[in-house]
Order: sequence, then C-alpha cells, then structure tokens
Amino acid sequence: MDFATIIQILDSAVRLMTPLLLACLAGLYSERSGVFDIGLEGKMLMAAFTAASVAYVTGSAWLGLMAGIAGSLALSLIHGLASITFRGNQLISGVAINFLASGLTVLLGQKIFGLGGRTPALEGNARFGEITLPFADALRDVPVIGPIYAELISGHTILVYLAFAMVPLTWWVLNRTRFGLRLRAVGENPASVDTAGVSVTRLRYAAIAICGILCGIAGAYLATALSAGFVKEMTAGRGFIALAALIFAKWRPWSALGATFLFGLLEAIANRYPNLDLGIITIPSMFMNALPYILTVIILAGFVGRAIPPRAGGEPYVKER
Amino acid sequence: MSAQAQQSGGRSGTAAPAAIELRGISKAFGPVQANKNINLRVEKGTIHGIIGENGAGKSTLMSILYGFYKPDSGEILVNGLPLTITDSQTAIKAGIGMVFQHFKLVQNFTVLENIILGVEDGRLLRPSLAKARGVLKQLAEEYQLNVDPDETIEELSVGHQQRVEILKALYRQADILILDEPTGVLTPAEADHLFRILEGLRAEGKTIILITHKLREIMEITDNVSVMRRGEMVASVKTAETSPEELAELMVGRKVLLNVEKTPAQPGAAILEVRDLKLVDDEGVERLRGISFDIRAGEILGIAGVSGNGQTQLLELLGGYPEKGSKVSGSVRMNGEELDLTGTRSDAAIRRARGIGHVPEDRQVEGLIMDFTAWENVAFGYHHAPEFNKGWLMDNAAIREDAEAKIKRFDVRPPNANLAARNFSGGNQQKIVVAREIERNPDLLLIGQPTRGVDIGAIEFIHKRIVELRDAGKAVLLVSVELDEILSLSDRIAVMFDGRIMGERLPGETTTGELGLLMAGITDTENTPDSAGIPPDLKHVEDLPGGQP
Repeated sequence: MDFATIIQILDSAVRLMTPLLLACLAGLYSERSGVFDIGLEGKMLMAAFTAASVAYVTGSAWLGLMAGIAGSLALSLIHGLASITFRGNQLISGVAINFLASGLTVLLGQKIFGLGGRTPALEGNARFGEITLPFADALRDVPVIGPIYAELISGHTILVYLAFAMVPLTWWVLNRTRFGLRLRAVGENPASVDTAGVSVTRLRYAAIAICGILCGIAGAYLATALSAGFVKEMTAGRGFIALAALIFAKWRPWSALGATFLFGLLEAIANRYPNLDLGIITIPSMFMNALPYILTVIILAGFVGRAIPPRAGGEPYVKER
Repeated sequence: MSAQAQQSGGRSGTAAPAAIELRGISKAFGPVQANKNINLRVEKGTIHGIIGENGAGKSTLMSILYGFYKPDSGEILVNGLPLTITDSQTAIKAGIGMVFQHFKLVQNFTVLENIILGVEDGRLLRPSLAKARGVLKQLAEEYQLNVDPDETIEELSVGHQQRVEILKALYRQADILILDEPTGVLTPAEADHLFRILEGLRAEGKTIILITHKLREIMEITDNVSVMRRGEMVASVKTAETSPEELAELMVGRKVLLNVEKTPAQPGAAILEVRDLKLVDDEGVERLRGISFDIRAGEILGIAGVSGNGQTQLLELLGGYPEKGSKVSGSVRMNGEELDLTGTRSDAAIRRARGIGHVPEDRQVEGLIMDFTAWENVAFGYHHAPEFNKGWLMDNAAIREDAEAKIKRFDVRPPNANLAARNFSGGNQQKIVVAREIERNPDLLLIGQPTRGVDIGAIEFIHKRIVELRDAGKAVLLVSVELDEILSLSDRIAVMFDGRIMGERLPGETTTGELGLLMAGITDTENTPDSAGIPPDLKHVEDLPGGQP
C-alpha cells in the first residue's frame, strides 16, 4: 500500500465520517441534556429527503440545506412534545420517528417525483461543491505535506469543514459557557436545575433543537454533497452508527471526533477492499461494516473503561419534593 | 417599610417584621388536604423548628414557601412584605434558600460548578467561577463551612455535600434558610457540626427554619418551635418553655411512650454464637477485625456505634449477602450449627430457611422493591414457602390473603395491599418489612436502623413488636445509630468502633456519655468486661485509626 493509497483512503474516511460526526454531536447535545435520541437515523433521513427535494426544485444547495434543517427540526419537535412536554418514553418516541421518516420520505418522494421514492439527480449548484483551499495546487508537489494538504485537507465541501469546526465549538459550549453548564446539569440531575430556578423544559427543548439542526446538516450532506440526490433509506444505519460512536466516545466531543473517524475509516477500507486479504485470512467487507457495532458492544461490556451515560438520561423530569 | 412592619404586627412587642409570616395557607392534593389554614410567624435571626410526624404536611408547607407548589389560598409575607411566590427563582430573589432532604446536587460537577449553577454572572463561566471561588473562601472562613471548591460532589461525604447545599443558599444571598430533615443522613458527629454551623449563621443574623421529626434536635438548637399534625399547625411555642414530652404529645395527639415498657429479659440458650469474625472488603479495607459475641434466646443485643464502623458489613454477612469480593474468616453458629459464611450455601434465602429474619438498614434498596405492590413485598424472600405455591405456580390468592392479614395486624396505612411500596410513607414502608420478617417467627431477628426516617407512632409500634418477639423467646440483634433506641430496647449493649467491639454494657448501668466515649474509640481497660465478647488484642486502642471513611 503506497502513500497515495493511504491518502486516498483517509480522504474517503473524512468524507464518510462527516455525517457520522454531525449526527454524533447532535446526539451528544440531546443526550447530555437527558433526552435519549435513537431517532437520529430518522431525522437524518427526513433531512436528506427535504434537502434533496428543495435543492432540486430551487437549484440551490443552500436552500436545500435550510430545508433539510427544517425537516429534521420538525421531527425533533415531535420528539420533544412526546418525551419532554408529555413525558412519554424517549426510546419509543425515537423508534416512532425512525418509522415515520422511513415511510414518509418514500411516500412523498413517489407522490412528488414518481421515481420510486428517489429524487431526480442533482446537478451544478444544487449540490455542494468542493472547496479548494488556498495554495492547494501550489503545494501539491511538496513531498508528504503537499499531498496531505492538497488531497486530504483541501477539496471537501463546506459542510465537512463545518462538521470538524463543530467539535471544538461543542467542547467550548459545554465546558465554558453558562448554557453548557446548565445543559450538563440537566442531564445529570434536573432537580438541581429546577431548584436553582432554571426551566428544565426550556433547556431540554434547546438541546433537542440543536440536535435537530445538526441532524439536518448531516442529512443534507448525505443527499447534496456526498451523493447527488435522495435514495430510499439512504442513511443506511448511519444514525445508529453515530449513536454507537456517541457511546464509544463516552458522550464527549473530542472523543466523538476520534470515534467517528475510526468508524469512517472502517467504512472507507471496506469500500476500497471488499475482501481484505491479510495473507493468512481474508476479511469480508461485512465484517468491517459490523465492526462499529462490535466495538460498541465491547465498550459497553466495560473492556475499555466504563461508559457512564448522563445519569438522568431517558427519564422525563417530574417535579418532586 | 415601617408602615408595613406595623401592619404585620409585632406579636411579641417587637417592631421588626417577621422574616416569614404565613397567613391561612391551604393546599390540597386531590382529596388529601396537605395543609389546612396554616398560620406561622418566624422571627428574624432565630432558629425556628417545625416538627411533626411523617406526612404531617411540613415538607409541603416549605415547598410552598420555596415556590415548588402554589397554595390554594393564603398569603405569604417575607420581611413584612406580601409576596406571591410562583417559582423557585422568586423565592431565591426574596432571600429564601432551601436545603432539601435529598440534595439537589450534580454528582459529577465540582463544588464550584454546583454553586454557580443558575446564578452565573454571564454567558461565559470563567468570571463566575472566579468570583464564586472568592466568595466561597470568605463564607468558609465566616461560618466554618470548609469544602474544597474543586472536589467533585461524588467524592464528598454526605456531611460535606450538605455543606455545599448550605453554601449554595448563602451564595444566593439567602437570609432565610430552610433545612428539611437535615440530620436524617448524617452521622451524629456530622449532625453536631451542622448545629454549630447553624448557630454561627444565627449569630450573623440569618433566620433558619429547621424541619425535623427528632425531638432532641428541636430541644437542642431551636429558639421557637411549631408543631404540625395532619396538615394543621397545632402549636407554636418558645422552645425554652416546653418539654419533649409535651411536643411529642402535640405531634401525635396522644401520649407516647418514649421509653419502651419491658420486663427484664429471661435469656435462655445461646441462639447465635459469633467467634472472631473478620471481613476484608474488595478494596482491601478491614471492615470487621475479629468480632465475637453471643445472643441468647429471649434477649436483645443492641449494637451501638457511629455508622460506618462495620455494622453494615456485620449485618450483611449474617444476613447472607456480604459485599462481592469480601474475604471472610471466623465462625458463626446458629442454634449450635455452623453457618457457611463464604461458600455456595451462603445466601439470604438459606439464612431465612435457617430461621434468621432480616430487616435491612436501607429498606428502600434492600428491604423492598419500591415499584411492586405491598402484597408482593410482604412475600419476598419467603415466596418459595409451600403455602405460597401450588405446584409450579405461585398461589397469588394465598399470598395476597396472607399479606392483607399482616398489613392489618401491623396497622399499615393506608391498609391497601395493592398500592406500590413507593406510595407508602417511610414509617409504613418499614412496617411492611418488619411485618414480613417478624411474622415468620424467626429464631433470630437481625434488624438494622429499625426506625430511621420513621414517625413516632410507627417507632412505638415497631419497638413493641421487637420486644414481643424477644418475650416469645427469640433472639434479636439490633443495630442502630440512635443511642436512645439502643438504650431503651436492648438487654445488652455492644459498642462497635473501627470493626471491633469496644465493650459491652448493660443499659441500666451505663450512660450515654460512657457509650459515646466507646463509640469514639476511647476505652478504659479497667472497665472492659471480662465476657467472651472481647478479643484479647484490644489493648492498643490508641494505635487504631481515628476516623472511618
């Protein structure tokens, strides 16, 4: 395997990890506030569909992105109503959202475009273009650093850079701001926030709104940047892999970056070498695709340090003396 | 301001308005009238006790004051000014701080983060944290409220966590501090320290409302006391002008026996013989360092001691469920037969089959399944009994009938076997556990903290049942941190300190002072009884570590 191949695989890993990273951070905001969200998958799928549809109709990827965010936020709101306002079960609400998105996208797609649930292919400005960073071409021939900069770092869509920028931003918000302190507190012990005179409901809605926005960006990325249009079930379990990454990362933003990179890399390797020949044994791509889940089970079993979820996670807050 | 003060009326002739005045507060939850037309006046700069049994409405009243509940009717005046308290924020702004019975702290936050939560000075944390650090240092010096600001809450002892709660209120510039059952979770030493802190706060002019059901605390620290009974305020008096007996009577509406009436013990043969019992827990800490004692039929052995000196480990070991990873040595004989302490034959079910009943220290965790009904809980541990089963299936009708009878005999209120254990008050939950264990007529009853968080009526009832069991010729091992309870129930008292028994005393021939010294690990070799209970290596007490984790 030469240097160029490694760069190519890493480049592919960066593209593939972007939706995982966005969805993982989305889940991080929601779960750190105490609202479990297994509806990441459904929200991304809905966002991919609305983004692709609007981008196709208007010819603008940016309007598509807005629509993607709106589509995902709408589902977040349903999740909030069910699990925060009406104190329903968060897992059931999440499952319902996944089913809803899965059915609704195909139904609407067929009704509007008549292509069997997919949207027409997107072209030109309806997709996010790749950005060439300054000096990328000039530096291309510098050994080692040149290809890394020109191939790996430069040449991604704006959404990839946005996703990476979200990591330090999320860390900063969580650890350095008032909102972050309250968000973490409400996920650990909502009564402490309530007795301090801060609204638990409002904080949790804010958290799931951020979750909706990030899932919306992730979905829009899938449909208008990674691919060119919406295809039925195009999220293909990425929402669940993002959840696995969230557990793997123990609900921390920098670790989320590492976890999603690892999972993106596994996917990139599986794509490039469907049957990875290691000389002694041949690893089928199915195994690589299953690895994120296997790793998560290992984490949950406590082999790599304990993953402690936010203490109040999964439970609606009921005021008690 | 002065006009307001005149209006609110100085009953005791003072011109200053009361810190808190409640007029005609009523609050109902459905058909239950939690507070009925409550009037209360709390003078500035005093410690005001509010006493009443569990469920008397004390906590509801304080929750109203802190904006958790809205009263159905009535008026609240703070410093003479009428105030509508709609939420906790309003209460905080009016200078009211609350220390809840169950702390409202974020476990994995630092002390500092917990303190600023909700009162940050801006969108960014750094300046708030720096300011809080300064204020905290000042408060620590002023009131002896020392806590490391960078420690996380989960690393702190319960006593220190409570200090953080008090600091939280003071940081919010509370002038009126409400403490709900503050000593329920504290060791006696921690409780003493808390009282010194409260006295310091009073000296600085703060007003303190202390909610409790412990008469001794009221007598020790309060200036005035108000008594609640079944949602009503039945009396408000100066503490100096009343007595524990009078207060107890007001609380329950009838005379209570603070001293248990019992005849002298008629001890028979030894039921339980414990010899040189040692236990090292999974962290390598020696919890039991060679415990030996006997309990004979028809006697109650009380084990006194500050919690955390090995009593929990002793009870769990005898009950058949020592903490995982513990290393145990020594021998225990029950009715002359050796008990398996470590092997596969050591579990709670087998102990029960051998005639050992166990009322665990923490009823909510070890004694009951809170979401299960009372009748299910009454059968737990004995659900394999033949009378509860028909072949492979459980005979629910029989279990329910049995439970209903027990609930009736133990006067559990409400007498509804279908309610979840969670829905009973602390005292009634305890009655359910005690009924289950005592009614099986065990040869030996292990009972830990039988009346922790239990109201006076239920305490009296539970004590009577324990004595009845003894009079029926059974052995009782009583573990309690309440010295009064140990003194009034036990036929013999053993004091535990740092995993050892420091000495045995007879209740009639000892004093709380003497027991207190033993509990603190101070012993007088000359007084050490020569009974079989004392291991020979107790001479170098001064070498023992002083405190317990």
